[in-house]
Amino acid sequence: MQETTANQVAASATSSFTEHLQRERPGLMPLGLVPFGLMPSGQLPFQQLPAAAPLQVPHGTTIVALTYAGGVLMAGDRRATMGNVIASRHIEKVFPADQYSVLGIAGTAGIALDITRLFQVELEHYEKIEGTLLSLDGKANRLGAMIRGNLAMAMQGLAVVPLFAGFDLPAGLGRLFSYDVTGGRYEEQEHHTVGSGSMFARGALKKLWRPNLSEQDAVAVAVEALYDAADDDSATGGPDPVRQLWPVVYVVNRAGAVRVPERDLAAVAGTIIESRAVAQREA
Amino acid sequence: MTQQFYVSPEQLMKDRADFARKGIARGRSVVVISCREGIALVAENPSPSLHKIGEIYDKIAFAAVGKYNEFESLRQAGVRYADVRGYSYDREDVTARGLASVYAQSLGAVFTAEQKPFEVELAVAEVGSSQEADHLYRLTFDGSIADEHGFIVMGGQADKVSAAVEAGWQGELDFAGAIRLALAGLVADKETTTLPASAVEVAVLDRRPETGRGTRRAFRRLEDADVVALLAEEN
Repeated sequence: MQETTANQVAASATSSFTEHLQRERPGLMPLGLVPFGLMPSGQLPFQQLPAAAPLQVPHGTTIVALTYAGGVLMAGDRRATMGNVIASRHIEKVFPADQYSVLGIAGTAGIALDITRLFQVELEHYEKIEGTLLSLDGKANRLGAMIRGNLAMAMQGLAVVPLFAGFDLPAGLGRLFSYDVTGGRYEEQEHHTVGSGSMFARGALKKLWRPNLSEQDAVAVAVEALYDAADDDSATGGPDPVRQLWPVVYVVNRAGAVRVPERDLAAVAGTIIESRAVAQREA
Repeated sequence: MTQQFYVSPEQLMKDRADFARKGIARGRSVVVISCREGIALVAENPSPSLHKIGEIYDKIAFAAVGKYNEFESLRQAGVRYADVRGYSYDREDVTARGLASVYAQSLGAVFTAEQKPFEVELAVAEVGSSQEADHLYRLTFDGSIADEHGFIVMGGQADKVSAAVEAGWQGELDFAGAIRLALAGLVADKETTTLPASAVEVAVLDRRPETGRGTRRAFRRLEDADVVALLAEEN
């Protein structure tokens, strides 16, 4: 009798918000992450969505991340597309995950935003229950598990591919993690990009990134990489001086994750646009 | 063969209440004070890791006295309740009133239905944008709930501590003043006149964490060194 009570208590003790939600309120889970056993029959995503006709839903595009002296930085453009239509010019795709980490999302915007929200609560929940922060590797693994859970949706064309960056307090350095749709987690060195404009941004970063960039230079490099991605990828939005829209940029260092203020980004983007105009280059 | 004796419901409830009171009276006290800068929570607790004070949500904190395993399970249930609510609705829809009401129901159910009542007393504090908007709820082992004004004192020698805190409480206190007052209250039942920082657990709910620290989470735990530095400040 006592044995079973103890087992029950141990089995229901979890520091994971996701596990709690799956057990108690599965209906609140993001679309792809509802456990199959708990889904009403006839509502499996496989059956609902024939693979031949992918849904027309907004997709987020390019995210860049790079390390600099003392931390790591992540930036994302402000565009979401739905086929050939611009679904949003204002969408934000880079978010603080907790005090010392940020994540950027590319892919199906709706599911990605849900996963982001769940991930943010997951980290805060762990911190409150355990009284201590999850390690950076622990955070990266949790995110991987969530992306893996979305695999069924990814196979329907509703993939979510995040980029995760954080400051590893014990090691004293900024680290970067990329993911594939199966939840595979890969630690990246120096810099990385995801999304439709990623190959153009990556090309730019290869030329612009240097070891030990200052924070200010790192912001300029990230914004310029996004500018190059927007130049060649129609699904990536460039800086928009007409609407005063600039990329979302977060820097993460020992002091925590901080969003770079709009006016700094306006100045940085202005400098880039000006230098390109002065150069009078066509391509 | 054992004989079943009739026990009147009055006697049964009284026995349970006496049992719970005895358990709580053995513990050390906790003081929660609403002040100008926010809400200060001070507990006499020599352990640096087994907390009596905890963060529940953005503006909401929890403090407890009594049996650790019982109030810890209540704290965790509170964190789960608040996180699920904030996730399914919105962060601003999580309120201390809702949480206190859930706690009151759970404590009441345990008091009447279980083998033994919880030997705990809880405080749920929510910091508002002004001192008038602060909420302090006190919950006792039988599920009764009280909306307190200004401060809450719970635990073993609550009467003596409460009298000392009441004498010094005023709305204009800052955190240093509130913590000093709480410490003065906590020694009211002792021979000594001061408590070292290592013997207490201190946390605060900042009134404006967004402007001060750039976060919406108002809860901040103060380390021993922070407490010593804060108390060293002149009023």
